[in-house]
Amino acid sequence: MADLYQLSAASLDALFTALQGDGRRILAPTDRDGRSELNPVHSAGEVAQDYIQTSLSAKETVFPKVEQLLSYDLAPGRVELAGATPRAEPTVVFGIRPCEAGGFQALDAVFNWDSRDAFFNARMANLAVIGIGCTRKDDACFCTSVGGGPGDTKGSDILLTPNPGGYLAEVLTDKGRAIQALAPELFAPAEAAGKAALLVDVPAAFDQPALTAGLPALFDGPLWDEQALRCIGCGACAFVCPTCVCFDIQEEADKQSGRRLRSWDSCGSSQFTLHASGHNPRATQGARWRQRVYHKFSYYPDRYGQLGCVGCGKCTRACPVDMNLKEHLVEASQATVEP
Amino acid sequence: MTDTFEPKITAFVCNWCTYAGADLTGTSRIKYASNVRVLRLPCTGRIDFMLLAKAFARGADGIIISGCHPNDCHYTSGNYHARRRWMVYRNLMDFMGIDTGRITFSWVSAAEGAKWAELVNEVTAGIRAKGPYTEYQELAHAGVE
Amino acid sequence: MDLNGKAKELLEAGDVKVVLGFEPGTAGVRRPAFVRKAGRTGRLVFDAACTQNLASYVTRKEVKRLGKVALVARPTTLRALLQLMAERQIQEQDILPLALDAAGQVVELPTAQAIEEHLALESSEIPARDRELLDRLGRMTRQERWDFWQGELSRCVKCYACRNSCPMCYCEHCTMDCNRPQWVPVPSHGLGNLEYHMVRSMHLAGRCVQCGDCGRACPVGIPIHLLTFNAEETVHAQFGQRAGASAKLDYALSTFRPDDKETFIR
Repeated sequence: MADLYQLSAASLDALFTALQGDGRRILAPTDRDGRSELNPVHSAGEVAQDYIQTSLSAKETVFPKVEQLLSYDLAPGRVELAGATPRAEPTVVFGIRPCEAGGFQALDAVFNWDSRDAFFNARMANLAVIGIGCTRKDDACFCTSVGGGPGDTKGSDILLTPNPGGYLAEVLTDKGRAIQALAPELFAPAEAAGKAALLVDVPAAFDQPALTAGLPALFDGPLWDEQALRCIGCGACAFVCPTCVCFDIQEEADKQSGRRLRSWDSCGSSQFTLHASGHNPRATQGARWRQRVYHKFSYYPDRYGQLGCVGCGKCTRACPVDMNLKEHLVEASQATVEP
Repeated sequence: MTDTFEPKITAFVCNWCTYAGADLTGTSRIKYASNVRVLRLPCTGRIDFMLLAKAFARGADGIIISGCHPNDCHYTSGNYHARRRWMVYRNLMDFMGIDTGRITFSWVSAAEGAKWAELVNEVTAGIRAKGPYTEYQELAHAGVE
Repeated sequence: MDLNGKAKELLEAGDVKVVLGFEPGTAGVRRPAFVRKAGRTGRLVFDAACTQNLASYVTRKEVKRLGKVALVARPTTLRALLQLMAERQIQEQDILPLALDAAGQVVELPTAQAIEEHLALESSEIPARDRELLDRLGRMTRQERWDFWQGELSRCVKCYACRNSCPMCYCEHCTMDCNRPQWVPVPSHGLGNLEYHMVRSMHLAGRCVQCGDCGRACPVGIPIHLLTFNAEETVHAQFGQRAGASAKLDYALSTFRPDDKETFIR
């Protein structure tokens, strides 16, 4: 149930001040050499103005690239454990797109599936999301093909839509209302003034339910080897993706002390499924590429009742060899239609 | 508050020349700084460049690498390969901003007990003046949430 | 003959099984295209946007199993192919490099010698922008360089796009995979990032053909190619050797001269 307000562009600085006064750090897209990245900011002026998407995703805020799970000191007959409690700094991520905000739900599906990941949950509990809807798109975007959209509210606590006076602000959740309460004078009443007209049009590129239904039949087919010929098997797509959750746990220790770290991993890498026996069930890049598509579009729906992809297109933009996911999915969905 | 920083210096030395030379320093009863931890390898040619990086990561403030003079290598050419490797690696380290002033390369023969003592004393004094290499040692924690 | 015509001719003749070139991709980029049917050569293009070093594909098993590959080759691609031949990763008969002249006409380079002769006519100078960046870094103090690289490397996420895009990084079991014990840290903390890029630069010194793909591949825009470019420059300046000069191996770090000159050994 959204409450609608008008926020002027000039009032963002005051909002940022109020948030920081409440002890929260603010992460927002900032410009760097033609790209934008999420960085701590203190004033609205530091926020990038002209970006479609950041290179990396906001999943960093709840699933960092390197996270310490615990550390320990060793002495004869003694192990002293430290830091097994998750830490999370109160944070507001400002200016991410609706597609990316929708990714938190997919992360939650895995991190709270059978066991509850205390680290993820501590960070999620301390995170508020102020998203900004899209007035532009590029060739990599396909949010509307996967149940999202340029003004989708899923995952945002407040969603801003740029309009002539500044922003239409939808306050969506309790966290959103708590932010509003920090500076209620900034939120002027508004009408549901044609939000859709403010947003860019993103025509759907493929029929996702049909694709998902058709994937099992394509599993053994030659399509995936073909599509993956140019894939170099790096981890760029997995790492920039707002929903990819694969991680590695590394123990860095010596005889005196150690620490256990969690870091991002990618199913695209050649040894990702290498068994200790030497057998590798995904020994070709085609098998690994297929895994990526199926995990997001077949296994996720089966297991969690939602997709593992939000159509943001970050993978496509990051890929050194232009593995355009939308294009590959369109091709796959055409393969399902033919007998 | 006095600064009682005592540098930790790791020395990678070859068995046949520098290690024997350091032994001669001892049997000659020459006193010298005790800050050096000596790691003996068969030959400088065996020294992987990453061993130096690992020494810094493990808390060394300075490094000495020493072996047989050119033409005197026990294995004929190990030190020639080492020299090439050091030329490239030192340049890379400097390019990346690592303090190559903290690394001393030398040729010390089995007869050069006095040279070893002099080298260690000079290096120790130099590293003491530079202070601990905290900039490098902090790297392990940088970026860990 | 132009590229599309040559590709068609080669595929129809049957000896070459794949023509590896470029096709238009998303929003004006060019991406690798593996053409196996003579009727599909129309999608091949070649222009200034075709920058990727396609030599990185000729060592991949998924590509090798397709058969003999004819590949569109810029000078750095040709150097990479020679280096791969020198390192015995490919053989002359497995590949057919196709260079394009200024008029877009194809020059077939079927032997190592042909490649060497063709390269002798080309400059091996790195792009001006990269030369400028290297010079700028060279003029900085050590501390400034440290701050620069730490600023850049702190953004590294260890995706290995740089490594995987490199034609010289063909090891099936990379140093990064060495895990008993874990030699280079996996996580992308400050130490893991520094050590990884340090190792890669040393493993490329004397082998890097300065194509710049690693820097282009980086999803967060780190100019990581500058590290390997610099290592290659060092090798050339100090030892006179260059990667990809010949199909006969002349690797700086496995050779030496008794009179190699340095200034820092006491």
